[in-house]
Amino acid sequence: MMDAAPHLPVNTSAPRGTARLFLAAGTSFAAHLRAYGALPPTLPAATRAGAGAPADAETVIEQLRAAGLDGRGGAGFPVWRKLASTRSHASGRGSRPAVVIANGSEGEPLSRKDHALLSLAPHLVIDGLLLCAAAVGASDLHFFTTAELAPGVQHALGERPDARHVKVLVTPEAFVAGEATAVVNAVERAVSVPRDHVLHLSEAGLKGRPTLVQNVETLAQLALIARFGAEWFRSIGTEQEPGTRLVTVCGDVATPQVLEVAGGTPLSVLIAAAGGASAPVSAVLVGGYHGAWVPAPALDTPLSREALSPFGAAPGAGVVFVLSSARCGLETAAGIATYLAEQSAGQCGPCVNGLPAMAGVLSRIASRSRDPPLPAEVARLADLVTGRGSCSHPDGTARFVLSSLSVFASDVRAHLASTCEVHGA
Amino acid sequence: MDEALWAIGRATGIVSMVTLTLAVVLGIVTRSGRPLPGLPRFSVTLVHRNLSLVSCVFLLVHIVSLFFDSFAQLTLLDFVVPFFGSFLPFWQGLGTVGVDLLIAVVVTSLLRNRIGLRAFRVVHWLTYVLWPVALAHAIGNGTNGTSGWFLVIAGISTALVLGAVAWRVSARFIEFRTVRTGEVS
Amino acid sequence: MPDPRPPRPNAAAAAAAADVAADPTVLHIDWTLCDGRGLCTELLPELLGRDEWGYPLALNRPVSERSNVPVQRSLLPAARDAIALCPRQALRLTESAKLTRLPSNGRG
Ligand code: SF4
Ligand code: SF4
Repeated sequence: MMDAAPHLPVNTSAPRGTARLFLAAGTSFAAHLRAYGALPPTLPAATRAGAGAPADAETVIEQLRAAGLDGRGGAGFPVWRKLASTRSHASGRGSRPAVVIANGSEGEPLSRKDHALLSLAPHLVIDGLLLCAAAVGASDLHFFTTAELAPGVQHALGERPDARHVKVLVTPEAFVAGEATAVVNAVERAVSVPRDHVLHLSEAGLKGRPTLVQNVETLAQLALIARFGAEWFRSIGTEQEPGTRLVTVCGDVATPQVLEVAGGTPLSVLIAAAGGASAPVSAVLVGGYHGAWVPAPALDTPLSREALSPFGAAPGAGVVFVLSSARCGLETAAGIATYLAEQSAGQCGPCVNGLPAMAGVLSRIASRSRDPPLPAEVARLADLVTGRGSCSHPDGTARFVLSSLSVFASDVRAHLASTCEVHGA
Repeated sequence: MDEALWAIGRATGIVSMVTLTLAVVLGIVTRSGRPLPGLPRFSVTLVHRNLSLVSCVFLLVHIVSLFFDSFAQLTLLDFVVPFFGSFLPFWQGLGTVGVDLLIAVVVTSLLRNRIGLRAFRVVHWLTYVLWPVALAHAIGNGTNGTSGWFLVIAGISTALVLGAVAWRVSARFIEFRTVRTGEVS
Repeated sequence: MPDPRPPRPNAAAAAAAADVAADPTVLHIDWTLCDGRGLCTELLPELLGRDEWGYPLALNRPVSERSNVPVQRSLLPAARDAIALCPRQALRLTESAKLTRLPSNGRG
């Protein structure tokens, strides 16, 4: 092994098991290189931003397609398609250079996984950002993160010669600030509210340029796929949910924590891994505040799109919020709905007026108002706001509220009779 | 000839003032988002716009006819730069100020879809300056400005506009204001 | 008094569907600009009603078509009037083929 630098013992063998993202012994670039090795030589241009040769870009995109990596920010969209779309819009005649933005804003209050990733493995994310930039031919790179993590990210960028051109931006703590068009707005106009769009960002984003916004976990996974290949990625997880994913298990569990688990791990296993529930489980909110509830009898449901879809849920950003039977689901749901209504960016009439109205009616149910038409009114408002905003905040809020009504249906009846299944009369 | 020009100048000035008043009032109705009896919202908007343009046409005739009138002794400069006229320079200057403001408001209105909402709105606010300036010019400069019948017209106009403005600043002005819980930025 | 017109059953809707081309033109509503002034709903009563707060509501449309409302050919002139008269410049026409095939932008 003459060519390996003696002072830098490099481990280029692919990690085995589900521990993939947190293998570096520290946050330094050296520790990162020791754990994962340098970016693969098949992508020499990746380190020099904007100079990606077409063949390399095709390789990355093809690899991602074979790996079946989906976005980890919440929408769960196939990553290769976003890359391919951005690339095609940035490479046509008369087209403008692309922009790549790493989204580490984690507006979802229950999620901690981006925080864990950025504080423990910032260099994997940076690798992914550079790879994306090379794949779509972007020279304009931004890193969006929280005020708390920005210094660490800045330090990590400064540690390596290939990432000095990445600009760090601090996101405000607001639920909708992490929405992709809000991220673009923040970079362009320093206001973190979603904006109206007809075209997808990959076609017209920052200042009308093709823009790729990727969640930081997506970027870290991408950095591993580029190193170890699609087949390695798929060696863990299921056919539909390949690879590992970060989940935040929180709520009524012994030790709330961020876990790296194989795709398709059952909810019950996740709860056990977090030390088990503190009391018998009533339901689990999957995907975050825009997600949906899975009732206790279905806890063996795997964390996969397919298995969760009957509940209207999806893995989303990997939030698993456990509600024990010591807490009233309707009160919890009303609290979340009220929070979501307050988090409306205040731009779109149906969202601004509809969400508080919807949360208000749900709160009346939670406080056991004897008014039988209330559930129907919630359902009517949920339908009224859906599809009528510039971002999916009304849709996600409506989904959550409807899921609450259906999963806690028997308790809704109890509340309408002025009693409660949890707190009694 | 001068007699005719003078008469035309007077009449068109008055008509322009009256149509401008109606345009201002309908503009306020437009802003409320409410229809009028028998006049749906888009018609209110269209009538507002058309009355404004009619007012401009009469104003143009007013200006041109007085330009050729030997008594008024207007120069081209008087149409754009106020307060240099030879006859009642102050009151005539107000007319010039009004014309300048009106040009700004009309041009930005016609280009509304190009210049963006904000610029349009800021300039459109000038109407609240434009209207009293125009009325003052009419009273102070007009031959009939202080005759009884014109003062009646001026009084009715003032009452209309003041009433509309009072409604404008009242809490119930915007349709749906009472049922909307949030204010959209 | 506000008159929240309930979405009335639109008998013409089925017939109108035939008038929609394969790649129909859609009326895009920019919700960040719309102030619910209701001019568009007057000019396009076949297409738009008003919700209880006065904002336009696409009639008899799936949720996916509530911000990009397909406009049949016969209504295009009225749609253009609505665009020109919208006091907030919140409306525009676009070809549905040009709309993103990717789903909502999400959180990356
Ligand atoms: S839908 Fe709601 S949260 Fe989204 S941009 Fe509009 S007002 Fe803001
Ligand atoms: S005319 Fe414009 S502002 Fe009024 S409701 Fe329609 S889209 Fe909204």
